[in-house]
Amino acid sequence: MKYIDEFRGEGPARGLAAAIAREADPAREYRIMEFCGGHTHAISRYGIADLLPASVRLIHGPGCPVCVLPMGRVDSAIELALEHRVMLLAYGDCLRVPASNGLSLMKARARGADVRMVYSTQDALRFARENPGREVVFFAIGFETTTPATAVAVLQAEREGLANFSVFCNHVLTPPAIAHIVGSPAQAPEVAIDGFIGPAHVSTVIGSLPYERFARDHGKPVVIAGFEPLDVMLAIRMLVAQLNDGRSEIENEFTRAVTPEGNLKAQRLVAQVFELRDSFEWRGLGVLPASALQLNQRYRAFDAELRFRLAPRAVPDNKACECGAILRGRKRPSHCRLFATVCTPENPMGSCMVSSEGACAAHYTYGRFRDAA
Amino acid sequence: MSRSRKDWPRPLDFRDGRVDMTHGSGGRAMAQLIEELFLEAFDNQYLRSLNDQACLAVPPGRLAMATDAHVVSPLFFPGGDIGSLSVHGTINDVAMAGARPLYLSAAFVLEEGFPLADLRRIVQSMALAARQARVPIVTGDTKVVESGKGDGVFITTTGIGVIPEGVEISGDRARPGDRILVSGTLGKHGVAVMACREGLEFASHIRSDTAALHGLVAAMIDVAPGIHVLRDPTRGGLATTLNEIARASGVGMMIEEVRLPVSGEVAAACEFLGLDPLYVANEGKLACICAPRDAERVLAAMRAHSLGAKAALIGEVTEDPNCFVQMKTTLGGRRMVDWLSGEQLPRIC
Repeated sequence: MKYIDEFRGEGPARGLAAAIAREADPAREYRIMEFCGGHTHAISRYGIADLLPASVRLIHGPGCPVCVLPMGRVDSAIELALEHRVMLLAYGDCLRVPASNGLSLMKARARGADVRMVYSTQDALRFARENPGREVVFFAIGFETTTPATAVAVLQAEREGLANFSVFCNHVLTPPAIAHIVGSPAQAPEVAIDGFIGPAHVSTVIGSLPYERFARDHGKPVVIAGFEPLDVMLAIRMLVAQLNDGRSEIENEFTRAVTPEGNLKAQRLVAQVFELRDSFEWRGLGVLPASALQLNQRYRAFDAELRFRLAPRAVPDNKACECGAILRGRKRPSHCRLFATVCTPENPMGSCMVSSEGACAAHYTYGRFRDAA
Repeated sequence: MSRSRKDWPRPLDFRDGRVDMTHGSGGRAMAQLIEELFLEAFDNQYLRSLNDQACLAVPPGRLAMATDAHVVSPLFFPGGDIGSLSVHGTINDVAMAGARPLYLSAAFVLEEGFPLADLRRIVQSMALAARQARVPIVTGDTKVVESGKGDGVFITTTGIGVIPEGVEISGDRARPGDRILVSGTLGKHGVAVMACREGLEFASHIRSDTAALHGLVAAMIDVAPGIHVLRDPTRGGLATTLNEIARASGVGMMIEEVRLPVSGEVAAACEFLGLDPLYVANEGKLACICAPRDAERVLAAMRAHSLGAKAALIGEVTEDPNCFVQMKTTLGGRRMVDWLSGEQLPRIC
């Protein structure tokens, strides 16, 4: 595959691994969090941890939109489908996310809910056009990558007068989550992360500028990186160099797709349709201020939360769940007593086990042989 | 064969006709459907007697028996259809015991309103697949369900075969040190069905690999009767098959990613769809586990057969109380190849 295989070559990987091993100081620790599930996937899928020296430790972050979706929001989606009898359209990876009482959208479907899988918001609009007599709700989730597509759908629905279409909005923002993980400077000793591999696709939309303040305020370097294994390894090398030099800068490894300003057109579309929520619950991280979006006043008519008067639902995580500590780098999945005992990909208890890109699920699926060794 | 046609002066309308409830009612309409469609297509001495059962001569030895229900959507896909798939699937399940398949049965659940033209196309495809495999369909059944209660047609086939003397193939016989082989490129069936279902233009030329594998199996057993395990990696793909074998045998496995045969087009389609070819269904491939001394011979026999031209040795069986299947990645790292969690692709076979 042209333009993909070039970023997966064994030779360059060995070269980068040797360089990292040479440059990393064995006397210190380099604790690097990759924020995005896409990076987690590449690291696990290619066994990148095996290519790194012992001093470099990778910590899987919360950047998987399915994982951070709180249970109460999935409960509300199920309420839409089962009680309000809407046709609910969702991206495929939402269908298995666990809700309360052992339910999920998939299981709700088996109880008669009309839940359909879509690949794009254009599919969602098509369902709305083809079913004018039904209320059709798009279960919108995701970081800045998927938000512009939802904005386009809302604008298009308005233009076409699709009054039966609405959006259950769960779009969240990356920079506030990264800032929250690092916490205030007072919390710094609690956090065991030295630097971040910054998002790939999210950054194509928002650019690299939004991270500048973060790097300055928190003194942690960020290297934005693509999702291919060589991207990740190059970013690790760049982070090791920054940490060796005592720098905390924003660097961009993913220059083939990310500019400082990002995709201005996409940003304009998002600004046109959405506004900041005061706060939003993230599964595993808790309630974070100014970390999510909702439809603004102008487009309220398309907001399913208002149309169906959905009451907020708060469902607490399991008390023994260590997701919070794992996401701050203080614990590893194998330190959690739920891990691989009652919490498995088939029966996830905490956010990190929900999708294969979650920290615990990735370790369970790809790496648990290391615990056995 | 002489058949009286006086009970139904008008032949079935295979151009515009549709299945209706009478086609499953046991009455005249059903008899006509059986004679004009199923008998016509499957024609053999066992069916001709129109009994409720087939009476079969069975050679001595152990018998292998397998059954498989087929619900694939769409019914027709590049490289095959539910008809050929239902013949190949069951023949392969029988053949994975090392058996020579002898006979098949077929049961149809038809949905009211299903076009007779499509049904004929499916039945003719089954007949062709059975003829090519030299395994007759000797008995069958037809039921019709009301419109909306089925999805066109579901087909269940059952097969029996006889296992040659001295062949002892079973999923619990993998031993540490054994070699792991696959018969060709992975993931074509699943990707072909998925691309067809989702209307993916760029992948529309990928054809299902659906094929009957008993000839290939016979060629392998010829050179190595002591093969330990054979299995066709259908739903859940090779990853699931290897995990099943590892658990049944109480062993681990280590495979090498660079040795996995995956075509460029399937790799590209999987990349686009977010699938892993290791977990995508095959319908014309097998995995074989044999002793190290047999590996080269078996591999050569596979490669000499048209259905095994791209066969490859992909790894070996290890000692592991956890029964983990692991893989050395292209970059030189290691990872687990775990059981599929949940469902990757629904309605694939």
